[in-house]
Amino acid sequence: MRRFALNPSLTAGATVVAIVILMAAIGPLIAHADPFAINLSNSLAVPSLAHPFGCDVLGRDVLARVMSGARLSLGVALSVVAFSLIAGSLIGGTAGLLGGWIDETVMRAVDIVLAFPGILLAIALAAILGPGIVDLIIALTAMGWTTYARLVRGEVLSLREREYVHAAETLGARPARVLLRHLLPAMAGPVAVQATFGVGGIVAAEAALSFLGLGALPPTPSWGNMLDAGRAFLLVAPNLTMAPGIAIGVAILGFNLLGDGLAQLAGTRS
Amino acid sequence: MTRYFLRRLLALIPVAIGVATLTFAMIHLVPGDPIIAMLGETAAPSDIAEMRHRLGLDRPLGEQYLGFVGGLAKGDLGESISYRRSVASLIAERFPATLELTVAGILVGLLIAFPLGIISGTRPGGAGDIGAMGFAILGISIPHIYLGPLLMILFSLDLRWLPLTGRGGFSHLILPAVTLGTALAAIIARMLRQSLIVVRESDYMRTARGKGLSPMEAMVRHGLRNAMTPVVTLIGLQAGALLTGALITEVIFSWPGIGRLLISAISARDYPLVQGCVLTFALTYVVVNMATDLAYAMIDPRVRLD
Repeated sequence: MRRFALNPSLTAGATVVAIVILMAAIGPLIAHADPFAINLSNSLAVPSLAHPFGCDVLGRDVLARVMSGARLSLGVALSVVAFSLIAGSLIGGTAGLLGGWIDETVMRAVDIVLAFPGILLAIALAAILGPGIVDLIIALTAMGWTTYARLVRGEVLSLREREYVHAAETLGARPARVLLRHLLPAMAGPVAVQATFGVGGIVAAEAALSFLGLGALPPTPSWGNMLDAGRAFLLVAPNLTMAPGIAIGVAILGFNLLGDGLAQLAGTRS
Repeated sequence: MTRYFLRRLLALIPVAIGVATLTFAMIHLVPGDPIIAMLGETAAPSDIAEMRHRLGLDRPLGEQYLGFVGGLAKGDLGESISYRRSVASLIAERFPATLELTVAGILVGLLIAFPLGIISGTRPGGAGDIGAMGFAILGISIPHIYLGPLLMILFSLDLRWLPLTGRGGFSHLILPAVTLGTALAAIIARMLRQSLIVVRESDYMRTARGKGLSPMEAMVRHGLRNAMTPVVTLIGLQAGALLTGALITEVIFSWPGIGRLLISAISARDYPLVQGCVLTFALTYVVVNMATDLAYAMIDPRVRLD
């Protein structure tokens, strides 16, 4: 517990992330309104007791849509990070362990993927695959695996010279066993830090793609497409922009703080 | 230096070919028929065949690829379907707007980051440090798609100080540049703080303070220069986020650059134009990375060039 007391980023980050996850998990269950229910008499209704964040142009409750968007956003982000982490660790781990031409080929492929700046590769892939949640996850994973491949390869290269790894190899352990049983658990710290920042990054990337019309399509509420829809009503209904905007900001802030806190924790422990 | 420069330039060629190949593969190998996507499910087979022939998509894949790479080497990116003009000329027309926005974004980033980083790094743990780092973590967490509309509500619609959208004089540039530069400012400020804290403990800084400079004077006159190299590296590392940030900022503010061109090409299913814009972004990024490495070597004479 003292570690938590001395690490305000970790405490604050864990709290914010817990609230966001809770909102995504049970928010839609206890919501007072249906995020899809259209009621034109409530079109652009101002915030009130019945509709705390107001209503959008079709009279749908904004709070209910933000909570439903949280579910989509976190669901996509956690799946993308999980898939990227698995693919990246296996690819990077294999490359680092086997070395030689396999390593060379894999790292050149990583270089080429990384030559596409920021979320450009995901934008291009999402544009070709077409909009939709599954295609969105594929596009973001195709972009995301390289970070973990690089990280895990670097860790493998430094860890494989440790005595306990040599001991395991001497005892006849196969490369796959060395990787899964001895190397991957030893790098849990840096990988967890990276993955935490990664969730925040994918929340931002998913929102950007949905904002551009390349992710979740209306009527499915996502924070990105809500921000896009809100742009037409900046003057008359700024709440349509503020509600999803604050939700994205808070979610990313939470994962960034948690990542900072975990990095400090991993740093003090080693 | 010249030899190093030439070697870096040569090393660009395989990466550029790789980027071009992956872009080509994405457009041509990903399932789904671009022609049907373009003309709709109900298009007449004769129209589909004609369009396929016009775009050269009825030729064997290998031949298409060689034609594409050959054209690329001559600066020919094909013809845009929606504009009925050469892709290269469209991109050349829009590129300066993207460049203007990106450079302005970097300047805003530096302008905000330096005061914050210096305040934090001179007296870590103080009130100024806590305030500056609080701003930094907020700046990293607010995405462009929220910050942009937020600034529009505040400064264009409420205060009526600045124009809402479009490109024009200096006043049009401010809000997009701040939208783009804020995250960069936050990241640079954090890095600058880190490196100033290390520099602060060094002997020459103690000497500078010993001969009577205040901590702030010593930091600005002696510490800052030595804390600069990581900042240059960082801007290079952030170039990717900056370029796609510019893309999104262009869409928010209707800024007529390649980012907006790419998004309009995507919605028009104009695949040659999509391909050209994606390539331009990627190659710009690769070149910027090389330039950062060179700048790094020039600022810090300790960096060895081979």
